[in-house]
Amino acid sequence: MGNRSSRFLFKMLAGSLLRRRSRMAVALFGIALGATALLGMVTLCYDIPRQLTREFRSYGANMVFLSSGQAPLSLDAVEKAVPLLPGDHLLGLTPFRYLPVRSAMVPYTMAGTDFSQAAKTSPYWRVEGRWPEKENEILIGADIAEFARLEPGRTLPIDGRNSSMSRFRKDLLICGVLRTGGAEDGLLFMNLAAMEAMTGEGRLADVVEISLSMKEEDLRALAAAIQAAVPGLEARLVTRVTQSEASVLGKLDMLVTLVAMVVLLLTMICVATTMMTVVLERRREIGLKKALGAENRRIVEEFLAEGILLGAMGGLGGALCGFAFAQLVCMHVFGRSIDIVFSLIPLTVLVSVGITIAACLAPARQAMNVEPALVLRGE
Amino acid sequence: MNILDIRDLCKIYGQVAALLDITLSVGQGEWVAIMGPSGSGKTTMMNIIGCMDKASSGSVILDRQDLSRLSPAELTAIRRDKIGLVFQQFHLIPYLTALENVMVAQYYHSLTDEDEAMQALVRVGLGDRAGHLPRQLSGGEQQRVCIARALINSPSLLLADEPTGNLDEANETIVMNLLEQLHREGSTIVLVTHDLEVAAHAQRTVFLEHGRLARIERNTGRLPPE
Ligand SMILES: Nc1ncnc2c1ncn2[C@@H]1O[C@H](COP(=O)(O)OP(=O)(O)O)[C@@H](O)[C@H]1O
Ligand SMILES: [Mg+2]
Repeated sequence: MGNRSSRFLFKMLAGSLLRRRSRMAVALFGIALGATALLGMVTLCYDIPRQLTREFRSYGANMVFLSSGQAPLSLDAVEKAVPLLPGDHLLGLTPFRYLPVRSAMVPYTMAGTDFSQAAKTSPYWRVEGRWPEKENEILIGADIAEFARLEPGRTLPIDGRNSSMSRFRKDLLICGVLRTGGAEDGLLFMNLAAMEAMTGEGRLADVVEISLSMKEEDLRALAAAIQAAVPGLEARLVTRVTQSEASVLGKLDMLVTLVAMVVLLLTMICVATTMMTVVLERRREIGLKKALGAENRRIVEEFLAEGILLGAMGGLGGALCGFAFAQLVCMHVFGRSIDIVFSLIPLTVLVSVGITIAACLAPARQAMNVEPALVLRGE
Repeated sequence: MNILDIRDLCKIYGQVAALLDITLSVGQGEWVAIMGPSGSGKTTMMNIIGCMDKASSGSVILDRQDLSRLSPAELTAIRRDKIGLVFQQFHLIPYLTALENVMVAQYYHSLTDEDEAMQALVRVGLGDRAGHLPRQLSGGEQQRVCIARALINSPSLLLADEPTGNLDEANETIVMNLLEQLHREGSTIVLVTHDLEVAAHAQRTVFLEHGRLARIERNTGRLPPE
């Protein structure tokens, strides 16, 4: 086909699209709706498992480091293990050191930790008052606050002995009350470095809690690798959460794939019906073109060109709406924003064009069967 | 020399004989009118001459080609190259301008040529309406666009099925004057009409009744073509 002819084909398409706006809008709307649903589903399909993994992580750590011997774990060993953790899946790493202390003859357990990390590995921690910032500031568990009638702003003098039995004492300022509903409600919490300074102990931890967004098999392999690489350190999975997580995600994946396929089928039916209506509405026009001597090949060519154009435009519009839709769902359900995968845009356009072409085949056959004689009969 | 030779043409639809034993010749440059009451087979005859339908029996020879022997694809080619069609309902493509509607015929024929299409519109007196859509044109103007489209590929035969059937008197006059002019310039025209006055523009009038050729009248008061 000559260049001039293809330019005229384009002119006809443009005329058909721009001057029959309401009709074409219906077709476009159908295609765009399909593309929206499709891209929305695919984005969610891709994003939901990741969101859920993060969501599951909010139930706490899924791996812990412990000492493999009697003595507490040295932070040096932990630092050796950290480079082995995949940085992009690591949500948080929190050391805990537990020490018996007394205040006014009442025994308590003081936990030293890194508060900024604790907020990540234990997102369910709720603090009334504020998180500690200075060296002498502590959080007290909600149970302690209740029984000992303590509240933020009060000073708590404590004393105790470190592991080498030398005494320490210090006045600590309560800045917040920690409520988790778990064992933490019966503990005192202070900054680990401040605790080391107070007790004069070296850098030790009883347990390190780690939160990783990874599948169970990978976690298991990782734990084994770390344990092999760092002597004296035992890496363990917190299995209960991890297992249910895997089975829920697997089911969800299947569900979303199924829904996406149904959406694909519905889109195809929608587009095919639209294009069939287009053929019916334009029987006279097709008959006229044939009466003017158009070969079937040209009629089908025009039809597919129109389908491709509609598919591309609908696909592009639908892709943008699909992101908006996925974003909306994600914001409502998870309260987070989706990761937009830009390569999905050309993919959606391609799929829409493909679906439109497939959906146009039956109507195109119908168009081929239109008799030119009908233009004189003037139905 | 005859451009069209019809011999013993029959067209049967199930039980209905739409055309029976029609024999008719149309000479090069001649203008023939076909008249007859509704249902007498006029449109059926136009469809067969225009290669849009096939005869049940008999032969139709158009420009030395026997239409009954041709395949659908070959008939399509004849429509494209030899026939110009003018319709009662105009059949312009609603979303294309007057100029583009003329160019559609070029597009299916060979190559589009905007200047040539424009000249055709000027020739039917619509040079200043080229950019208008059909709905922005009056009936008479739409019919003139239709005529420009029919002429653009220089057909051997112009077929017009009740071209003035949807027009008022003023527009009828404009369209008939245009056809007169085309005829003077050498076009061969076969025109279907109900209207005796319209038929009077032709050199001969063929009367159909119930699918049969009742009689042929040579119109007086008209000069034969040179
Ligand atoms: N496709 C068809 N199927 C069956 N009968 C038809 C068909 N087309 C025309 N006829 C019949 O053929 C006869 C002639 O019709 P037509 O050529 O349209 O008449 P006219 O144009 O003179 O009014 C009519 O009786 C009509 O009912
Ligand atoms: Mg008729």
